[in-house]
Amino acid sequence: MDISLKNVEYRYQVDTPFERLAIKDVSIDIPAGTFLAIIGHTGSGKSTVLQHLNALLKPTGGEVVLGDKVITADKKQKNLKEVRQRVGIVFQFPEHQLFEETVEKDICFGPMNFGVSEKEAKIRAREAIAHVGLSEEILEKSPFDLSGGQMRRVAIAGVLAMNPDVIVLDEPTAGLDPRGRKEIMDMFSDLHKQRKLSTILVTHSMEDASRYADKIVIMHSGQVYRTGTPLEIFSNPEELIKMGLDVPEVVKFQQKLERAFQRKFSKTCLTIEEITEEISSFLKRGDVQ
Amino acid sequence: MMEKMIFGRYVPADSVIHKMDPRSKLIIIFLFVCIVFIANNAITYGALVVYTFLMLGLSKVPMRFVFGGLKLVFILILFTFLLHIFLTKEGPVIFELGWFKVYEEGLRQGIFISLRFFLLILMTSILTLTTTPIAITDGLETLLGPLKKVKFPVHELALMMSIALRFIPTLMQETDKIMKAQTARGVDFTSGPVKDRVKAVIPLLIPLFVSSFKRAEELATAMEARGYRGGEGRTRYRQLSWGLTDTMMILLLAALTVLLIVFRT
Ligand SMILES: Nc1ncnc2c1ncn2[C@@H]1O[C@H](COP(=O)(O)OP(=O)(O)OP(=O)(O)O)[C@@H](O)[C@H]1O
Ligand SMILES: [Mg+2]
Repeated sequence: MDISLKNVEYRYQVDTPFERLAIKDVSIDIPAGTFLAIIGHTGSGKSTVLQHLNALLKPTGGEVVLGDKVITADKKQKNLKEVRQRVGIVFQFPEHQLFEETVEKDICFGPMNFGVSEKEAKIRAREAIAHVGLSEEILEKSPFDLSGGQMRRVAIAGVLAMNPDVIVLDEPTAGLDPRGRKEIMDMFSDLHKQRKLSTILVTHSMEDASRYADKIVIMHSGQVYRTGTPLEIFSNPEELIKMGLDVPEVVKFQQKLERAFQRKFSKTCLTIEEITEEISSFLKRGDVQ
Repeated sequence: MMEKMIFGRYVPADSVIHKMDPRSKLIIIFLFVCIVFIANNAITYGALVVYTFLMLGLSKVPMRFVFGGLKLVFILILFTFLLHIFLTKEGPVIFELGWFKVYEEGLRQGIFISLRFFLLILMTSILTLTTTPIAITDGLETLLGPLKKVKFPVHELALMMSIALRFIPTLMQETDKIMKAQTARGVDFTSGPVKDRVKAVIPLLIPLFVSSFKRAEELATAMEARGYRGGEGRTRYRQLSWGLTDTMMILLLAALTVLLIVFRT
């Protein structure tokens, strides 16, 4: 499903003294199958943008195109259910949405709301729980007896079981341990590759953004500040640092090396493998003493 | 939908009412609640309406916001009004349509009682809109201070109140967040048959309860960790100060009371 935002503006609490312009003039194109990362400071409007991706928020200006549906400020939209089934959102701290008696029921809740039979939903629950790296025994437990990290995984499984075409992730790994983070991110990356799922990831981790995304959007005080491939974005680290954003460790390392040896590498490296290769070719040439 | 709620919300502004001492505001509200019942004819109700709108005007809270936030209350008021129209059967009939008759007394009572209800809600809203929960609590605690002598748990009561007030907006936010999360999982809160909508409340209420209990527990722990041991010997950071405006406002209310007593029939 192709998604595109055109000059989207959103104001919270219109007509109250608390009215607040959260995003404006946001245009982002997300063709089916893209892995997009959105980065930006806290309060820059990332979560607000995400909520437009399955019509939870209706723009107060501009338009949002979700497949064949166009959502604008003044048009009343009916039948958003289909869109909601096709775009699964994993919210910031999704563990707060759990409510059923057992994990299995909770995972089945989404699919069954979209008309999937109980039998089919249970099969999907089994699949989903394996995807997020939990064992099947957990299906019988109460979601409230789990640890925070397990709850997070169950909540993610609940969204996966809806079989969406697009998956939207709002800091899915915030507060998880390093290994958990990597497992979860690798899982989303695999899903993206195997099922051609469009994936939209909001993250504060520049490592994740550079490793997994095809395209990065930087948000700054409610606007799109810059769009590009990870290479384009991170090949100008000074600019990001000036904005107070971080850059991947590898990029920082390369910057320091270049400064120390007064030499430019042939390209910006985003992974440890790339930079290792660069350095070893440098060493082999005997350029550096 | 939660965004427009005004209960327990404080709107910062630079107004006479905002600057008043919370004690005077509380006294005025308390007296107002009593004197509303003195009114019983057009003149006295008119005076109450003028007074309430004067206060609303002075508070500088945008009217559109206040009335937008009271939408739910208007439905309740309309309901009260209709109840009176239908159920009171006194005085001459002033309107008749088949079996349906409206009596003069019904109309009168309907209007007055709805108006009374409306004014009470409006005045208390002005209080919460212009006073921070902390100030309300401080004021209440001082006003009820004398009751401590008879072992009435004034401090605890005030604390409970301020926590409740403080967490209303948080609860609203939380509700909004969970509603969105469940909507994304295919729950439909806003349309569909009533049966489904009642069922839709469960996935909303359970997470809400769970997080409220969790929050209460965390709050208690945090308070204890910072040495909270009840009101005994606790000093205060914010000092209340009674000014000329406060005295004037009380006098204004006294004048209104006299007016009501004189003109009531
Ligand atoms: N319900 C709301 N009412 C009013 N303002 C809001 C609301 N939600 C968000 N905002 C405001 O909109 C702006 C953007 O918020 P948003 O949640 O999109 O930021 P974010 O980029 O996701 O931040 P974070 O990284 O902390 O999650 C913020 O300035 C915030 O104060
Ligand atoms: Mg956010």
